[in-house]
Amino acid sequence: MKHSFEDHTSTIPAVQEIPATPSAPRRMTLNMGPQHPSTHGVLRIVLELEGETIITAAPDIGFLHTGIEKEFEQKNWQQAVTLTDRVDYLANLSNNLVYALAVEKLLQIEIPARAQWTRVMMTEFSRLNSHLVWLGTHALDIGAMTMFFYCFREREDILRIFEMFSGQRMMTSYIRIGGLALEPPRGWQQVVGKFIRAFPSKVDEYEELLNANPIWMQRTQGVGFISLEDMLDLGITGPMLRGAGLNWDIRKSEPYSSYEKFDFKVPVETSNDVWSRYRVRIQEMRESAKIITQALEGMPEGAWQADAPHVVLPDREKMKTQMESLIYHFKIVTEGFRVPAGEVYQCIEAPRGEIGYYVVSDGTSKPYRVHMRTPSFGNLQGLPKMLENTLIADSIAALGSMDFVLGDTDR
Amino acid sequence: MNHAGVLETREAFGETTLIVDPAQIVDLCRHLKDSEKYIRLSGITAVDLHPAEPRFEVIYHLHSIERNQRLRLKCLLSGVDPEIDSATAVWRGANWYEREVFDMFGIGFRNHPNLVRILMPIDWEGYPLRKDYPVHGYKYSYPSE
Repeated sequence: MKHSFEDHTSTIPAVQEIPATPSAPRRMTLNMGPQHPSTHGVLRIVLELEGETIITAAPDIGFLHTGIEKEFEQKNWQQAVTLTDRVDYLANLSNNLVYALAVEKLLQIEIPARAQWTRVMMTEFSRLNSHLVWLGTHALDIGAMTMFFYCFREREDILRIFEMFSGQRMMTSYIRIGGLALEPPRGWQQVVGKFIRAFPSKVDEYEELLNANPIWMQRTQGVGFISLEDMLDLGITGPMLRGAGLNWDIRKSEPYSSYEKFDFKVPVETSNDVWSRYRVRIQEMRESAKIITQALEGMPEGAWQADAPHVVLPDREKMKTQMESLIYHFKIVTEGFRVPAGEVYQCIEAPRGEIGYYVVSDGTSKPYRVHMRTPSFGNLQGLPKMLENTLIADSIAALGSMDFVLGDTDR
Repeated sequence: MNHAGVLETREAFGETTLIVDPAQIVDLCRHLKDSEKYIRLSGITAVDLHPAEPRFEVIYHLHSIERNQRLRLKCLLSGVDPEIDSATAVWRGANWYEREVFDMFGIGFRNHPNLVRILMPIDWEGYPLRKDYPVHGYKYSYPSE
């Protein structure tokens, strides 16, 4: 079937409803994307312009839809961990964690403190990773190229740490149901310690470059306003809300994985523009570094996997010497483990906002249904409201400040 | 919860689920938002219980920041022409979630401002997350092996 541009746009009513009266000023429809560098992925936005002012913006998503939720129903519980990595490629570990927490809630197994602390440390690294990529690319969009190199320099170190822990730079699958995939490697304290001692001074460098930079200030201050009421109504979460003065962070309000044991602040800014979101994320990076330092210094000793032989693969040595371990190994590898029937909704504070996994089990070894409430999907829904009556040049800064990942949106 | 639309209340894993009469979902949502401070709609999704009847569960996840509580609403819908009223009048954010449920499960939402496919191509046939939709092959027929 052949598609013309009109075929495609005609399904978006925002475009259809524009009055065609002779007295109305002439309007232009501009197709931004799907391959526009500033959309950070395959996002198409149909902009209705009057001069340089955006009258309506209609996001068109789904280009990266891969049917991950369907895929979940085909894999067994442990295999599905690898799918969670591939949703949001900048917050892989956050997605690992929320899935593991949800399934562990259904299984009702207790996770040892060392595994919980390592999970916290790794998801905070994942937050740093995500915020660094955001800061670098967002600054690049606005024209500050140096930031990109600075941020990616630190991100590279974080990816090396991920590789050291899990063997993978991006698709780590490090957080598994029942604990971690591998024991933290020998000597991780030195590597993490070296990075985290240097990191605050790197953030100082970013701030030096940007805080008093007149171009940066003019491009971000007063740009991308959207009222807090609209944000809550439209489902926006995360740093966007904290940039509008709302002190809400799931790590504090509904602590998971022993976050209640860590001392950190929730940065809040009130100016509700791109600048305040930048300030929130910069301060979040500092807070994350604080959490990682606490995890490094107070890391408990002990097991890194739950004492749940029906879920966790047995130790290799035990498998070769003990009958029970061999049986459990055989059962887990051949058919997976069964999860009691039930449904749970588990949410965590990801770099972009609330990730919530709604997991339904029917008592078999495969998930019956997994729904991912991803922050990018919720946030992007607020884009039309945010871009209304703004200049097209500001739209780049405004949509960048939402920090969405299209893989996360389309799943 | 004293509301005529609530048929049953379930507690499991520290989470509250209300089974709701589909005809009163909008009324209940408005009540929860206005009087019970559930100002946030976290998401809407569905579960296909094929071949059971009623076949579909439509799930609403509500969140109250002020009370720091979450609530799940569940409506059961028949497998024949499943339809429910849209919650977009209560939360504008319901828009995309309902489009996603429509796209993936073929559940209609009455009074929705723009009920078109959101993730799949607009001319796609079939509803991918239904349990009778194959993972391999084409549309609803499995290829002969």
